[in-house]
Amino acid sequence: MSKSTSSPSLKTARGLGSAKEGTDHWWMQRLSAIAMMILAPLMILLVITLIGEDYATAATKIGSPFWGGVAILFVCASFYHAHLGLQVVIEDYIGNHAARLATLLVLRGVLIVLGLIAALSVLRLMLA
Amino acid sequence: MAQFTLPKNSQVKKGLHWKAPADKMGESGKTRAFKVYRWNPDTGENPRIDTYDVPVERAGQMVLDALIWIKNNIDSSLTFRRSCREGVCGSCSMNIDGTNTLACTKNLDDIRGDVGVYPLPHRPVVKDLVPDLDQLYSQLASIEPWLKTDSPAPSRERYQSVEDREKLDGLWECILCFSCSTACPSYWWNGDRYLGPAILLQAYRWLADSRDEATGERLDALEDPFRLYRCHTIMNCTKTCPKGLNPAKAITEIKKMMVERRG
Repeated sequence: MSKSTSSPSLKTARGLGSAKEGTDHWWMQRLSAIAMMILAPLMILLVITLIGEDYATAATKIGSPFWGGVAILFVCASFYHAHLGLQVVIEDYIGNHAARLATLLVLRGVLIVLGLIAALSVLRLMLA
Repeated sequence: MAQFTLPKNSQVKKGLHWKAPADKMGESGKTRAFKVYRWNPDTGENPRIDTYDVPVERAGQMVLDALIWIKNNIDSSLTFRRSCREGVCGSCSMNIDGTNTLACTKNLDDIRGDVGVYPLPHRPVVKDLVPDLDQLYSQLASIEPWLKTDSPAPSRERYQSVEDREKLDGLWECILCFSCSTACPSYWWNGDRYLGPAILLQAYRWLADSRDEATGERLDALEDPFRLYRCHTIMNCTKTCPKGLNPAKAITEIKKMMVERRG
């Protein structure tokens, strides 16, 4: 096989240099995971206590400062964690730069909208 | 870029069946099949899997012994790299029985049935079992794998305590066979930017060196979503390393240093 002029060299290995970021992403992914390890069992507990209860009881309980706070924190942590994780999957598997950027933007938009709907729903019960 | 099917000109075809010469047969007459990846850049044909029947008495102890026997006695065109034949040079790394390893230290008794031999995965092939490793050598050069100091050179060698020297154990033993990097899916998909386990283990070997004064500069160069953080602790590297090293742990140590220096 003849070597093409584009065969890897130190120039291509260095590429555009280091982006000087990534640690924040990696660290926050771990911290949000730890947050969910605490919040998820509380959410499961909340749902279990509401089994068989009517809407008014459920709304009152979720609207309480403690349980509403837990629910909103859980929504924040889980959507943030989902964003960080899915971003990694997209960066791994979509090589085309434009397609990667577009997918990341769509992902971010969708998660912001869904996260806001979830958090505002809880907030509405709390302010009701 | 993730690629799940082989390009048309890389699809592997059925190959030739080579029998051992009658005068080279062993006493028992039993043979073992070696299914070996063949590709010749000069013919323009697709790669193929050739089968070599090697008399069990002639195969030797290691896979490399059998490959050398095939080259000497059946098919002199079979092409592979080898040098030290004892696991210190890293030349004969290839995919044997589904795992990247060194042909010279892979015991034939540890393989059941036919012996499948392929080049290291996901690299361009130069010929037969010889992969093109240029990208990995360039990436190794990019991490500047040598001692860097700013303080004036002492009049004698730079001392290192026994404890500090021990921090390099499990790192200096790497022979750069690249079994790990070519076993890593992250390196398969993003090897042009991700440095991969072999190079990151080398990078950590210098980060962990008590005599090196360029630690911060080295971390700066590694702090990148692709260069370092494509590692998702899949652990194929550690599982496949023929020297029993742990590149995944070295990468984790680098990630820990990245967090540590933030305060």
